[in-house]
Amino acid sequence: MASATATEAAVDRAAVFEFLLSMGDNALILGHRLSEWCGHAPALEEDIALANTALDLIGQTQLWLGLAGEIEGKGRSADDLAHHRDALEFRNLLLTERPNGDYGKTVMRQFLFDAWHYLCLTALRDSSETRIAAIAEKASKEASYHLERSRDLVIRLGDGTAESHTRMQAALDDLWPYTGEMFMNEASDAELAAAGVAPQPASLKNGWDALVAEALAEATLKKPVDGYMHKGGKRGVHTEHLGYVLAELQFLQRAYPGATW
Amino acid sequence: MVTVTRPSIKDIWRWLAEVPDPEIPVISVTDLGIVRDVAWDGDTLVVTVTPTYSGCPATTVINLDIERALNEKGIESVRLERQLSPAWTTDWISAEGREKLKAYGIAPPVDGTAADGRLLERAERLSGRSNLTIACPRCGSTRTEKISQFGSTPCKASYRCSDCLEPFDYFKCI
Repeated sequence: MASATATEAAVDRAAVFEFLLSMGDNALILGHRLSEWCGHAPALEEDIALANTALDLIGQTQLWLGLAGEIEGKGRSADDLAHHRDALEFRNLLLTERPNGDYGKTVMRQFLFDAWHYLCLTALRDSSETRIAAIAEKASKEASYHLERSRDLVIRLGDGTAESHTRMQAALDDLWPYTGEMFMNEASDAELAAAGVAPQPASLKNGWDALVAEALAEATLKKPVDGYMHKGGKRGVHTEHLGYVLAELQFLQRAYPGATW
Repeated sequence: MVTVTRPSIKDIWRWLAEVPDPEIPVISVTDLGIVRDVAWDGDTLVVTVTPTYSGCPATTVINLDIERALNEKGIESVRLERQLSPAWTTDWISAEGREKLKAYGIAPPVDGTAADGRLLERAERLSGRSNLTIACPRCGSTRTEKISQFGSTPCKASYRCSDCLEPFDYFKCI
């Protein structure tokens, strides 16, 4: 009774599964990073805003990883995928696992990610795989709020005091080498794009450049020159930071397998 | 063989209109516009619900509340289905629901500002290039300012009235 979707018809199921893992893992790892601020942010409003953004991302994780498990067909749930995979099986961008640093760095990381996330989700609303399109339709509304907020904060802090300006420029310079990975095409990306399942990562670059350049100019921040770009997250080659994130995120299910409450 | 008279769909909608939102109990799940469909599948009543926000913790509670309310009305078998598309929009909050929100102290969403993923157009509208104003639910003044994009729940933003100085929640548009 299930209708034939693009996934079942033309594309390698494993490629779609990997793609869904990358969407889910980006949201999960960044959502976890943001949740680390809970109770520690510089102002109550910021604390609440970060927790709410984290909540949106964790909610999206459930949708992406839930669909990943469905398409994989081995009976793994979103929780199974989140809690029972090790670092090598995670597909998130290295940017999302960068440590929080100071508040400026957290805000800058969020803006660089949100700009990409918003454009990616917007493109995915037209996915030939209707279940992906439905999740993207929902998530893009939330991402548009995240982007509005992080963009606004980058401008306020960049064009703020000498101290905030210096910190935002340092954050930008530090994180920039992690932005290139968002637009690198992997072998399976061409196949997904040909079937209309997902856009080629590189196709989002121009839109992202324009969005980021415009905000940075208003923030009086200097856009770094594109140099060496770190990569590997989408293939499971992560920095040392992911292991620490997973140690905390997965602790309960590792120590007490199958625990529920 | 016993013939059971099934309650009408119209009655079921009426019962659902009495199920409160767990976070904002003055409005019901039908005021919120999250119940998308009610239909019988054999002896099972299928209620289709769409989430407000992907990660809203109230979603699970809402499903439980709906099931319990219908069980209490004598419907034994209830199945809750999730529908993501079309994605929920605040435009679906009923006129009555908006009035209830306002009376409760939450500024209702302003029509026609739903994000719908179109960031730039909306940013333009919200950045003062239009006459969009969020009125204070307490004194009605339109001299208000945004404190934060997010409030006590994902669906709300924090505002403050510049006249009566009251801080208030604004049910933001998505």
